Amino acid sequence: MPHDLRSQAASFGLSPDEFDGVVGALGRQPNALEAAMFGALWSEHCGYKNSRALLRRLPTTGPQVLQGPGENAGVVDIGEGWGVAFKMESHNHPSAVEPVQGAATGVGGILRDIFAMGARPFATLNALRFGEFDTARNRYLLSGVVQGIALYGNAIGVPTVGGEIETNACYTENPLVNVMALGLLRHEELQTGTVGAVGNSLLYVGSKTGRDGLGGAVFASADLSSASGADRPAVQVGDPFMEKLLLEACLEAYAAGLVAGVQDMGAAGLTSSVGEMAHRAGLGVDLHVDKVPTREAGMAPLEIMLSESQERMVLTAAPGKEEALVRLLAKWELEAVEVGCVVDHGRFRVFENGAVVADMPVPALNEPPEYVREGVEDPRIRSARERDLGGLPVPADPTGVLLKLLASPTIASKRPVYEQFDQQVMTNTVVLPGAADAAVMRVKGSRLGVAATVDCNSRYVYLDPELGAMHAVAEAARNLSCVGARPLAVTDNLNFGNPLNPGVYYQLERAVDGLARACLELDTPVIGGNVSLYNEFSTQGGRQAIHPTPTVGMVGVLRDVGRHAGSALRRSGDVLLVVGPLAGSLGASEYLWRLHGLEAGRPPELDLAAEAKVQAVVRGLVEDGLCDTAHDTSQGGLAVALAEMCLPATGAALGLTADLGDGAGARLDELLFGEAASRVVLALRPSAVEEALARCSAVGVAAREVGHAGGDRFTLRGGGAVIDCALEELRGSYEATYEMALR
Amino acid sequence: MHVAVVTFPGSNCVEDATYAIGAVLGASAFTVWHTADTLESGGKPADAVVIPGGFSYGDYLRCGALAAHSPVMKAVTRFAESGGPVLGICNGFQVLTEAGLLPGQLARNAGLRFMCKDVHLGVARTDLPFTHRAAPGQVLRLPVAHADGRYYVGDQELAEIEARGQVVFRYVDEAGNATPEANVNGSRNSIAGLTNARGNVLGMMPHPERAVEALLGGEDGRVILESLLSA
Repeated sequence: MPHDLRSQAASFGLSPDEFDGVVGALGRQPNALEAAMFGALWSEHCGYKNSRALLRRLPTTGPQVLQGPGENAGVVDIGEGWGVAFKMESHNHPSAVEPVQGAATGVGGILRDIFAMGARPFATLNALRFGEFDTARNRYLLSGVVQGIALYGNAIGVPTVGGEIETNACYTENPLVNVMALGLLRHEELQTGTVGAVGNSLLYVGSKTGRDGLGGAVFASADLSSASGADRPAVQVGDPFMEKLLLEACLEAYAAGLVAGVQDMGAAGLTSSVGEMAHRAGLGVDLHVDKVPTREAGMAPLEIMLSESQERMVLTAAPGKEEALVRLLAKWELEAVEVGCVVDHGRFRVFENGAVVADMPVPALNEPPEYVREGVEDPRIRSARERDLGGLPVPADPTGVLLKLLASPTIASKRPVYEQFDQQVMTNTVVLPGAADAAVMRVKGSRLGVAATVDCNSRYVYLDPELGAMHAVAEAARNLSCVGARPLAVTDNLNFGNPLNPGVYYQLERAVDGLARACLELDTPVIGGNVSLYNEFSTQGGRQAIHPTPTVGMVGVLRDVGRHAGSALRRSGDVLLVVGPLAGSLGASEYLWRLHGLEAGRPPELDLAAEAKVQAVVRGLVEDGLCDTAHDTSQGGLAVALAEMCLPATGAALGLTADLGDGAGARLDELLFGEAASRVVLALRPSAVEEALARCSAVGVAAREVGHAGGDRFTLRGGGAVIDCALEELRGSYEATYEMALR
Repeated sequence: MHVAVVTFPGSNCVEDATYAIGAVLGASAFTVWHTADTLESGGKPADAVVIPGGFSYGDYLRCGALAAHSPVMKAVTRFAESGGPVLGICNGFQVLTEAGLLPGQLARNAGLRFMCKDVHLGVARTDLPFTHRAAPGQVLRLPVAHADGRYYVGDQELAEIEARGQVVFRYVDEAGNATPEANVNGSRNSIAGLTNARGNVLGMMPHPERAVEALLGGEDGRVILESLLSA
């Protein structure tokens, strides 16, 4: 039998060598339950075996960090005794198989991570990627994912306040569904995922355990092949009502001082939650699997230990507090069952009807092997990056180009998406989705504001992983600065292909280096995150990786939430200033893709020191009340950014007239549609212009007046061309894409 | 003014309502758990009752159907029968129709989707405990956030409701006209809120408690809540 198990190692998600490692750790052959528990905890999803060595390169500390990586979520200090817990997670593979429940359970899972930290969840954002909307399947995935997010977030009553959507054919089979959640807590309310002390009880709370989600962690750590339909059992169904009860009950129990430690049962269920809690405490646990509430009779220990049924938590309680805790939970109609206790033997022992059915050392279970691989850049990508773009024709109809870019799914208005989300419940949302470059929430009982954004330009990362990842961080920080927030910290979601592929490993390694550099330079440590590897699609030549997509979620603080900026023009007569470089570049641009069908060229240059200066100037102007309209220029360049400023999320549109001049040698398309980092458009009252220009010049940041707000047309001159159209025409292009895709 | 905010498991606008009434408008608000059989706190009975929005009991059955049969609704019914003002917001409106305190029902939106956005409401009556601070014909801008807000009632009952003047709010455009475009969820006669025949129970789909502070984008909800608090 033992020999047979080794030959089945792969079915537990273990390589033959890893299986031998398990034998070494146990000093004997594992039984099937033990092999399965090791396989789950050593999966990429739980154990980060291919990414852990790289993740160590990320900066994780700073005076603003209350809780760094390693817990259910990171926590950042926002001042006045308040902290914000936040984290992002992926639900990519479940969403590919069943988009509604895949996305719904993604929201549920990340919210549990937040309230496990003692924080009350108060906002979510989504970073979504799909194939192009010209196929029915991609539209089905979009509408299903949107429904799933709505189904869960709306019902539990946590507002969805922002997000982004990118489309690219590479995501057709394997969409990306990354959800970020934020929670608010007082510093002293921080909880941790630990079993605490010897003698504590382990309490099981929430939904009963079913056979759903078996092998989910392993499923998330394998590629989606055409056979994935058979993996439907790895997808779970969300119950936001149960989670609402759990949320309220847990917060009440913490406040009553009844909880020693808490963790949600996410990927790998009881195995990972209890195993990780024991590991953090350096202790052991005895768990009685027959006491776990199950949905059906006759479930085997292996099924119970690995089930990923949703809406379940593990709470630990000190001796003497169990009864009060059980009583409190009963008020919320939640059954709490004592399923085990904390012991000093340092082992994870599973009992069934009094007999030991698994017995493993806790450290070995939680310390999977670590792989450092050799990455090699795919020569096709290198040559695409080095392609000479100088010979491309200059567009004859820039107005038509602008309208086409505004309709690009990556740029177009996401209003039909976010209107399906409750954006305002909890009455903290100061800036609604689409109204500014980042979401802004107020903190009741203070003047503080919290800003949040999710960003990644995956085409940049594809063409240059290190520079592209730096851009993701810089853009996130810029978006926060544009609303007037000081960037504080990052959660990342590393969506990549199969790390065993040297080309993918190269992307992962370079991207992590880029994140590390930018986070260090911009003083935004990475305090949590998620790794989602094995995101691939089929081609005639075999499996191919998605664009490397290291999504960056960033949180910032506004010291006076009353002073914030939106992205739309507010007053006729306001002066438009371009801060940063005037002309952009065509490399890796949305223009190059949508107009010329090319994913080529080098992403724009990024000087992090210059970026920090631009952000500081913009933030200062907003904080000091000199500017209440600021908009980052990203995909589509200046022309798109200016057009977006005429298209408010709510209320009446206001036109503008601007002249970019001759572009000083830049091509027409570089001037109008070229992309650049460290560039922001401001609209200020005429009385504030002189001060703004002086502040820019004092720190060596370029700034120039280009026009003013007013009228009901969009008129933009530059490089000898004129874009001139009615606002209704702009809106038509901007609004139609998602109306059609969601029809 | 001592306001009871009824709380069912799954209600998610309880804090929003108590914050608006308490911290913002300065009245006293207390929550009442769904198993309660009286509407009081600290020995002091409620002067008004708010049934807030959210997904009572998960709304896995018809919205509000389970809540309508909860113990606390017996107390709410007695309170309403004694003439006390009861305001149901969103899910609270659904609960009131399910409990039979208001006529009709709330069906799935015509667009079949959850919808969160600002709408305009025309105020049709200003003689009620919920609207006496409004000007006749005033247009309010308030957010809606619901999937099941399409007010439906049969022809004959609709005629009776209209004849008795029970319609308090209609979806209108900015200028106050009840156009088909302004009727965001396809409600009969653009009804966004209505009262019982006696005028002391009001249900409405838009959320006044979300619009009491300029920082959050509008204060038009004050008209309704301040009316209630000074009733």
